[in-house]
Amino acid sequence: MRWLRRNLVGIVAIAVLVYLFIPIAVIMVLSFNKPAGKYNLKFDEFSLEAWANLCGVPGVCSSFVTSIQIGIVSTIVATLLGTMIAFALVRYRFRGRSTTNLLIFLPMATPEVVMGASLLALFLNLRFPLGQITVIIAHIMFIISFVVVTVKARLQGMDPRLEEAARDLYANPRAVFRYVTFPLVLPGILGAALLGFSLSFDDFIISFFNAGTLVTFPIYIWGAAQRGIPVQVNALATIVFLVALVIVLTAQYVNHRKRRALDNPTPIAADAALPRS
Amino acid sequence: MVDGTRQVEDLHLRSLTKSFGDFVAVDDLTLTIPAGSFFALLGASGCGKTTTLRMVAGLEDPTQGSIMIGDRDITALRAFERPVNTVFQSYALFPHLDIYENVAFGLRRRGVKDVRGQVERMLELVELGPMARRKPAQLSGGQQQRVAVARALINQPDVLLLDEPLGALDLKLRRQMQIELKRIQVDVGTTFVHVTHDQEEAMTMADTVAVMNAGRIEQMGHPAEIYETPRTVFVANFLGQSNLIAGRRTGVSGDHTLVEAHGLTLAVPSNRCFSLGTEITVGVRPEKITILDAVDAGRIPEGHNRLEGRVTDVSYTGVSTQYLVDAPWGQELIVFEQNVIVGDRCEVGDPVVLHWSPSHTFGLHPAQGGTAGVDPEAAEGARTAAHLLADGTGV
Repeated sequence: MRWLRRNLVGIVAIAVLVYLFIPIAVIMVLSFNKPAGKYNLKFDEFSLEAWANLCGVPGVCSSFVTSIQIGIVSTIVATLLGTMIAFALVRYRFRGRSTTNLLIFLPMATPEVVMGASLLALFLNLRFPLGQITVIIAHIMFIISFVVVTVKARLQGMDPRLEEAARDLYANPRAVFRYVTFPLVLPGILGAALLGFSLSFDDFIISFFNAGTLVTFPIYIWGAAQRGIPVQVNALATIVFLVALVIVLTAQYVNHRKRRALDNPTPIAADAALPRS
Repeated sequence: MVDGTRQVEDLHLRSLTKSFGDFVAVDDLTLTIPAGSFFALLGASGCGKTTTLRMVAGLEDPTQGSIMIGDRDITALRAFERPVNTVFQSYALFPHLDIYENVAFGLRRRGVKDVRGQVERMLELVELGPMARRKPAQLSGGQQQRVAVARALINQPDVLLLDEPLGALDLKLRRQMQIELKRIQVDVGTTFVHVTHDQEEAMTMADTVAVMNAGRIEQMGHPAEIYETPRTVFVANFLGQSNLIAGRRTGVSGDHTLVEAHGLTLAVPSNRCFSLGTEITVGVRPEKITILDAVDAGRIPEGHNRLEGRVTDVSYTGVSTQYLVDAPWGQELIVFEQNVIVGDRCEVGDPVVLHWSPSHTFGLHPAQGGTAGVDPEAAEGARTAAHLLADGTGV
């Protein structure tokens, strides 16, 4: 009983982690499967076939590439536009500023089904052919909101004195932006871009409405699910997960190094141990 | 750093005014800060000192008036065009650049050659050579402070502005940096304009202190001069402590003006009396007063100002003993006595006589009221202490 009380937090933590990671582990394990039947649901026989022959099933790789392309293009455009909107909202006072602030949240709050359907209605009315372009337009639209929110937070958290110091040190407005503002906001922009890409990559609902005959990776999986998902999908999913993991770990490592440097100030300076305000 | 050919020029502020809506932060300020001086703008928060500094830096546009360096009008120049640099409160070092690049920032923006040599020399001056490749966050407060000074000074500005530069440091380090800053200022010979609310800091470092209150300068001069001869009630209370006794002018005796206060006659040197009317507030600094046991009243020198009272509080502070003495009319007076002799101090309840030389007395205009410039928290503390004490004796 006593033991339980002392270790309860740890036990709950492990349980939560198990809950979070079992699905991912199952996907990874099944990527080494050679299913006996048509559904890849139960581990029958170990095989590297899916890994050796990633594009072995027609459509898998082309849909994967399509999703990556769409993700990259819409992320770049949305990040550019979103960053500019964030700067405008934080730095300038103009008519309609507070309205814009509010409207920018709308795409995030609107149910995806509604947004997907209304975009489809719009494109049909305009007689705009459905395909990669319409999906990219739709993705840019909802990614912008996330970029604006992320970059805005970063900008608002920035000490205004840093830009004043730059001006004081002979930096004209352009130099202030280039050497101080932009480098300081950059982590926020990169974070927003990563978030935007992952949102675009796994979006199904909005893409499905506006894709026409285009097949993105999520749409491919949805289609394949009807007749048995090929093992290659598990392999590709594992790759995506590992890439994301590497990005997160790199970020952690960089942060950790920064913090370690802070905790071990130089022994040369006598006042190094004094607290920084 | 010092190149002998460089002409340092005076900084002039002319009728400088800044209002934010209805609030006048700086009110028609006219001031000349001599070239090469260490000038302190001293005042409580919200008195307009930081706004004044920001206008000189070009970070705030004056509502009216002009700023000149020598005979060049810089009022219309933008911050990055002015030969003025600032050491910001809490430093504002660029967190993404290392110390070297922080210091080199101004030189690089101006396209100066030999950045390397100058930065290295500057880092040597502030004793941070080995830290060049560290990021600001890896430095202690004192080191960051020195980087901030180096980053500004390397540009050889005509005027260096310091906005509460030591506010973020702890007491011991602050003392050390006061001496350090003064040394640097003497070394480079640049005009330093230093904004602070810390009177000790201002008096330690500056050649000239200007006490600011409500957007105006109350008094300006050498630290000793302002301390010994405050001209307003605000200055008397803000810079150190003062005993202020309200009275009325009754006459003149030689070089002295006589003031009647609560039945006593106090002498004030006429040239230290700054009230032209009949109402005069007589002031004396606590350390100028000698406290004597009432039985020793005969030892008081002829001509000294004197008054009787009763000790209500004694605090021993090491260097000195601080007495609170109740005057017959109920006012509490402060007396500091140097602890030259061990033992034999007055005790609470003792009847005592206070006396001081008329030459240490000053006469002020009472318009501001007796408590102008008193630190409200300190005053509150003293009152609470007095009440507790009164309650204690009551029981």
